[in-house]
Amino acid sequence: MDFQYILLLKHEILLTLAALIILFVELFLPQNKKRNVINISLIIFAIVAFAGFIPTAQGNLFGGSFQGSRLTDVMKDILNLAVLIVFLQSTGYLKKSENADKMGEYFALIIFTLIGMDFMISAGDFITFFIGLETASIPVAGLAAYDRYKRKSAEAGVKLILLASISSGVLLFGLSMIYGATGSIYFADIAKNITASPLIILGFIFFVSGMGFKLSLVPFHLWTADVYEGSPMNITAYLSVVSKGAAAFIFTIVLFTVFKNITDLWELVMYALAVITITVGNLFALRQDNIKRFLAFSSIAQVGFVLLGIMGTGALGMTSVVYFMLVYVFTNLAAFGVAQAIYNQTGVETISGYKGLYKTNPKLSLVMMLALFSLAGIPPLAGFFGKFFLFTSAASHGYFILVVIAALNATISLYYYLLVVKAMFIDKNDKPIAFFKSSGLMRVSLFITALGIFVVGFASGIFEYIMSISSSIF
Amino acid sequence: MIQGISIYHFLIVSSLMFFIGIAGFIIRQNLITILLSIELILNSVAINFLVFNRYLYPDQLQGHFFSLFIIGVAAAEASVAIALIINIYRRIHGINTDDVNEMKH
Repeated sequence: MDFQYILLLKHEILLTLAALIILFVELFLPQNKKRNVINISLIIFAIVAFAGFIPTAQGNLFGGSFQGSRLTDVMKDILNLAVLIVFLQSTGYLKKSENADKMGEYFALIIFTLIGMDFMISAGDFITFFIGLETASIPVAGLAAYDRYKRKSAEAGVKLILLASISSGVLLFGLSMIYGATGSIYFADIAKNITASPLIILGFIFFVSGMGFKLSLVPFHLWTADVYEGSPMNITAYLSVVSKGAAAFIFTIVLFTVFKNITDLWELVMYALAVITITVGNLFALRQDNIKRFLAFSSIAQVGFVLLGIMGTGALGMTSVVYFMLVYVFTNLAAFGVAQAIYNQTGVETISGYKGLYKTNPKLSLVMMLALFSLAGIPPLAGFFGKFFLFTSAASHGYFILVVIAALNATISLYYYLLVVKAMFIDKNDKPIAFFKSSGLMRVSLFITALGIFVVGFASGIFEYIMSISSSIF
Repeated sequence: MIQGISIYHFLIVSSLMFFIGIAGFIIRQNLITILLSIELILNSVAINFLVFNRYLYPDQLQGHFFSLFIIGVAAAEASVAIALIINIYRRIHGINTDDVNEMKH
């Protein structure tokens, strides 16, 4: 094995080093300088995130267990970028006095889950996939219960770990059947031997149910709103963007490579799941007042749209999913950023509490409006282009009725996104949230996300680049 | 391979374990018992992998390794889950599912 092939693991190695360095730095900092660990971690992680963009070799490691390609590199870079923004936004939360003794763990735990996601995305067999999945989901439960003195946060942690465990149990039961039917756990070997035999169909159903929990597709979505509401808001942002993005990536990869020969079968399943996920997500979002629950149901609906891209199969489907997740990172983190800025300063986390925000905090209101319009898919913003390519992908395989249903649902979603905008801009309020200045890093992160909402839509080079690398694979 | 015991016997046992686990997860009220149900599910999967490997593909080891990893991960999961349940117990002095229903739709 050549030395350069080790560089295939560059994301994972760099992240492991970063996490260990952060833990040791916190250990050896004197007590009165512990707060510096925030800035040190941010700098270390920024270096790691930008080092990830350096192009390196492609190929397989460990007999095909680990696959590195430019496509997986792009996915990991998107996740790194998202985590960097989450870190920038979470400084306000970490500087609270109750978190003074647990700042280093916060960064280390998130980076460890990120390592799991990277391994999961690069997996070439189901053992690597499973280990990555568990590494990505077990520490998140600890993060959800990070405010361990708050009852809601403790409750969210328990709910997340129990449901994550049972979903991986169901997923594994499906994998064991697929192993029994095909005699291999390697993606490439399974893809060769797979047929629509009853055992494989049963295994596939269990597999989709397990992944459905991670992605919060609709029959398996009930944990989402509770966990999102209970967790600290920066963890909610992390869960809804990074965890979900990684799960969407690997789900797409597995469907496109392992289950390629039974595409007819899974397209039917995805069709049904997409319709109910989008519809139920939208309908439940209508009646929420808590901004975290609201964004939870809106993110369920957004994942439903991702399934439309998956229906397209091939290079176009892969590209539309990756591109949409890139857009989604900026869009959703902008919305969560504003919600966090308000919550950290005032403790308000309800939509009715946002009434009259424009009068006092016009800039925050504008960023929130941009984010919500982008989530709804209003044309000049990036969200429109993301949805457009997902719809194109589904339409290219002739699913016109599905596209019509999704477009109708996008209209419904506009209604509840506009409710928030109306509360901020139009509704009168005697006691609106007073003017406040958010921290510098928060403003940087909001600027990055707002810029991303504009630039990612117009820079067609991004889509073409992802298209070119994914068409060389699929 | 064990003489006189076919693969079906093992698969029936593991399927029973799996569905007992699922039922327990839904029916049981105590968080620790729910955790036990999850362990039941994971162990049924481990049996499945071992049996498929031993009976259908005796010349390879992939299923054996997978079940080893499942056991390891199940231990990690159980430890984190118990830590969080203890945290809940310290907050509200109860570990029944009725105690952790502050958030609902």
